[in-house]
Amino acid sequence: MNPLAIIGNVVIAALGETGRLSVFTWKAITHILRPPFYWRLIGEQMMRIGYFSLPVVALTAFFTGGVLALQVYYGSDQFNSESIVATIVALGITRELGPVLGGLMVAGRAAAAIAAELGTMRVTEQIDALSTLSTNPFKYLVVPRVVAAVITLPALVFIGDVIGIFGGFVVGTQTLDFNAGVYIKTTVDFLELDDLTSGLIKSSVFGFIIAMMGCYQGFHSRGGAQGVGRATTNAVVNSSILILAANYVMTSLFFSS
Amino acid sequence: MNISVPAKDVKIELKNVHKRFGQKVVLHDLALTVPKGKSLVVIGGSGSGKSVMLKCILGIIRPEKGSIKVDGKDVTRLSTTDREKTLTKFGMLFQNAALFDSLPVWENVAFGLIQGRNMKRKDAKEIAIEKLGQVGLTTDIGDLYPAELSGGMQKRVGLARAIATDPEIIFFDEPTTGLDPIMADVINDLIVNSVQKLGATALSITHDMASARKIADYIAMIYKGEIIWAGTRDEVDNSGNEYVDQFIHGRADGPIKMDVLKP
Ligand SMILES: Nc1ncnc2c1ncn2[C@@H]1O[C@H](COP(=O)(O)OP(=O)(O)O)[C@@H](O)[C@H]1O
Ligand SMILES: [Mg+2]
Repeated sequence: MNPLAIIGNVVIAALGETGRLSVFTWKAITHILRPPFYWRLIGEQMMRIGYFSLPVVALTAFFTGGVLALQVYYGSDQFNSESIVATIVALGITRELGPVLGGLMVAGRAAAAIAAELGTMRVTEQIDALSTLSTNPFKYLVVPRVVAAVITLPALVFIGDVIGIFGGFVVGTQTLDFNAGVYIKTTVDFLELDDLTSGLIKSSVFGFIIAMMGCYQGFHSRGGAQGVGRATTNAVVNSSILILAANYVMTSLFFSS
Repeated sequence: MNISVPAKDVKIELKNVHKRFGQKVVLHDLALTVPKGKSLVVIGGSGSGKSVMLKCILGIIRPEKGSIKVDGKDVTRLSTTDREKTLTKFGMLFQNAALFDSLPVWENVAFGLIQGRNMKRKDAKEIAIEKLGQVGLTTDIGDLYPAELSGGMQKRVGLARAIATDPEIIFFDEPTTGLDPIMADVINDLIVNSVQKLGATALSITHDMASARKIADYIAMIYKGEIIWAGTRDEVDNSGNEYVDQFIHGRADGPIKMDVLKP
């Protein structure tokens, strides 16, 4: 085939996909604002997406905080490094690593689970069955997941931030023999509310990306088990990439001034 | 040839319906009349577009061209709210039952009542148990999950779910496919009984002739996305249509060619 034709086809396919995703996202947003609201389902999804992701996010945050402390210590001149380590751990975790790594871990768990569940419902006609039972599949399936993810991700990341800073503190005081009091004081002095909120806003956006990608891929899967598998992989890969891209954009917006 | 009934007795009317997926034409100039309060069975081979036709009527799939009228109102270009309103008239038994595997059996049956009609869960459960009884399932089945049931039981639960809201129109997509002959006949009886009880209009699709003869008032045949014959149940044996003859007698030779490699 003509290479230009190949490039053309790829571009057209990508544009088509972007268009479909935009329409899907727009539909989801309009449905979020209109009743009926399925509170019970939102609660259920908050448990599944948020609560059950806690162990993963906590462990990731703890080790990240610890390793950050080590790297900063080895990378600095090691005299008077106490305040540098504490500051960089606190800022690094709350501004970037907490939300991004937390988002990526939840993407692996929740986007995959959502895509697999909705994908199976699609190929077994359960989604069609919903609409014959006077239930809008968008409201019943997509909205609760999106709302739950947007609410729970910041909560998860906040807990992750605390644990991450604690991870740095544990390594600092146990391995690097820092003074605990000085470490805590430095952390509190240097950490500002903006650092925390910027990270939490980011994580809310990541939650939206995760749930949207999971739902979108699930809704559009076809062709049985293989199709569901493909949807699951796509949901994880695409939401991870989108998280990293969105993170860059938000960082440049938040910290430019 | 089509089914001719007075206009006031027409429940669903499809005209000039076209649907394709990419290059593949699935429905081509399809026309069909479903008389009110009667049972129409559409027969046809696998892949002839039967399920797609049902989904077009339900608005799950949108045809490129043509009109589909339910009670005289075109449903192909409805807004979401109007479509949802129209859908409350329908019940559907899906080809593979399509039960919600995350919900217990009773909640599957009660789903349309709880979500669609805002009924209290307790009241809906009572009706669900009653409907399960109508399809020959006992109360204790209600607390099981769909994955714990056999294929025949799943079909019966699907049937109970389809009739739970007492719909005006019920669709049956291959209700007997994949069942043993006895279970198939049980399902046929259940369909006949439930439709009579509700006074509903029934549209079924199948390639099981025994089933078609049992549940049909009228029969139509779909071939390559087009209705090529329609008439009453008794006329099907003297249709004078060689496609219909080949199909109802299950002959390999005839105008319908299967794409199989000859040895
Ligand atoms: N969503 C879809 N996307 C693409 N092709 C489809 C879709 N649904 C059905 N088809 C195709 O349409 C044809 C008719 O399908 P269907 O109506 O399910 O056949 P049947 O008469 O056995 O019920 C098949 O060839 C099928 O592959
Ligand atoms: Mg079919």
